Amino acid sequence: MERGGRQYALWSIAITVVLIFALIPVIWLISLSLKPPDAVADGRFIPKDISFENYESLFTGGIDESPFIKPLINSVGIALIATVISIVLASFAAYAIARLDFPGKALILAGALAIAMFPPISTVGPLFDMWTSLGLYDTWPGLIIPYLTFSLPLAIYTLVAFFREIPWDLEQAAQVDGATPFQAFTKVIVPLAAPGVFTAAILVFIFAWNDFLFAISLTSSDASRTVPAALAFFTGESSFTQPTGSIAAAAVVVTVPIIIFVLFFQRRIVAGLTAGAVKG
Amino acid sequence: MEAATQTQPRGGVSQRTRSERRLGWMLCAPAVIAMLAVTAYPIGYAIVLSVQQIDIRFPEEGGFVGFDNYSAVLSSDLWWTDLFNTLFITVISVSIELVLGMAIALVMYRAIFGRGVVRTSVLIPYGIITVVAAFAWQFAFAPDSGFVNHLPLIADDKDWFGDRFSAFAVIIMAEVWKTTPFMALILLAGMVTIDDGLYEAAKVDGASAVQRFFRITLPLMKPAILVALLFRTLDAFRVFDTIFIMTAGAQDTESVSILGFNQLISRLNLGLGSAVSVLIFLCVLVIAFLYVRGFGTRLQEGRPGS
Repeated sequence: MERGGRQYALWSIAITVVLIFALIPVIWLISLSLKPPDAVADGRFIPKDISFENYESLFTGGIDESPFIKPLINSVGIALIATVISIVLASFAAYAIARLDFPGKALILAGALAIAMFPPISTVGPLFDMWTSLGLYDTWPGLIIPYLTFSLPLAIYTLVAFFREIPWDLEQAAQVDGATPFQAFTKVIVPLAAPGVFTAAILVFIFAWNDFLFAISLTSSDASRTVPAALAFFTGESSFTQPTGSIAAAAVVVTVPIIIFVLFFQRRIVAGLTAGAVKG
Repeated sequence: MEAATQTQPRGGVSQRTRSERRLGWMLCAPAVIAMLAVTAYPIGYAIVLSVQQIDIRFPEEGGFVGFDNYSAVLSSDLWWTDLFNTLFITVISVSIELVLGMAIALVMYRAIFGRGVVRTSVLIPYGIITVVAAFAWQFAFAPDSGFVNHLPLIADDKDWFGDRFSAFAVIIMAEVWKTTPFMALILLAGMVTIDDGLYEAAKVDGASAVQRFFRITLPLMKPAILVALLFRTLDAFRVFDTIFIMTAGAQDTESVSILGFNQLISRLNLGLGSAVSVLIFLCVLVIAFLYVRGFGTRLQEGRPGS
């Protein structure tokens, strides 16, 4: 093996390049958010003075005045509800696909795959029109429903891959002992499946949390506007100040917790992202 | 397939088989209905809207106009410019992602140390909202407040968003930054399935590292590469968030998704906008068809859940 110092140095460089590339935008946002408003435009990568004014401006005025608190509540609430419903529906379907024998299985998987490739913009117009007449425009359910739909393929594929790994014998054993297929599902498979379900839930949450197209198309006010859409409508404190500082601060608030979460569960996320895609 | 062992001989469908089928359908029904309700139904509705003249600002006028909306879209320069922009961004960003993703996957696979650090760092872009990443890069390249123009070799007053192709460069960079991790992880997952013995045997036969990569790694990874390419191509074709934040389509940088949004939501012209939507849908079908046609059997091997 040629494990010389030269090779060691080469790997160090490769790893450092990847690390810098991944981290630059995050450090840059943190740096911008900590600059005092009059220094936001100074173009320095590392701030000269540190101030928390940008963060304060996000939260001043309480829930009614703040441009950020309501969108934050909307984002968290809508993404969580969409995740729970999506995971429940996907778990049922994935269980059936992984464990039961019934005609139409391949069709459902193919259909889910087709929806994963479906361009969301093609549904925006009809949904806008339908939601307006159904009274769902600018409401939480108006966003929860499309998020739920477009995350189902991801959830189903991830869960099917995980469910296929679960020891099949245990469920049969339970059925031999007199459990119905439904009991076998809730009493045996659910506890075994919990890690996979949790992984799928993370992926679905991030999907809903990330959406912008539906969020700006199907909302018009703070009643349901989520953070990504709200950021696009941010204005400065007065018409003379640029909102750069506040956008950066808001971006840091919605980014840092997710990054910590993602890093904490990185093994699961990697397993989830790749489970559906490559394993046969 | 595991479940197949349970089925009774055909013809004499037992009570147990029948109840299993019923349970299967019942468990899948809610998910299937939810998926159809927000995709199949709206696309059908979009087709209906696209052959009518519907402008929410002028509710009195309207009615069936046949393919007028389609001919209006297809004969406009804007559609073709936007289609070119979208394909340009898609091809360039997916190509860069494939090369970069492969390099990162190799680093993760072959690294003597620091594998965890690389995996951790590539997951950071995945966890960041696309809109947030777009803002971060936009601020970084902004002529007044950004740090990029203060770097050596770059003109201090370069107006990145003032010119079509420099704006494309920034848009593509943001897209590549955000989505390379997905590519790298899929490729790594394909890479680890390759039997180590093959590399050992090739080494014994005197194959160089480069030969081993092109003769063993690449051919055996084809299914994983094709899956990653197909998903990323279709995903890149929908590019919307980054462009909306960075240029909002200024300097001829509009994508087809932005065009659709402008017609539907900003101008409330549902008829014309729906025609654009349907055309985008058809483009996606064509891209998927070309992939499946071109690499059909290969794709089968690597298809998710197959």
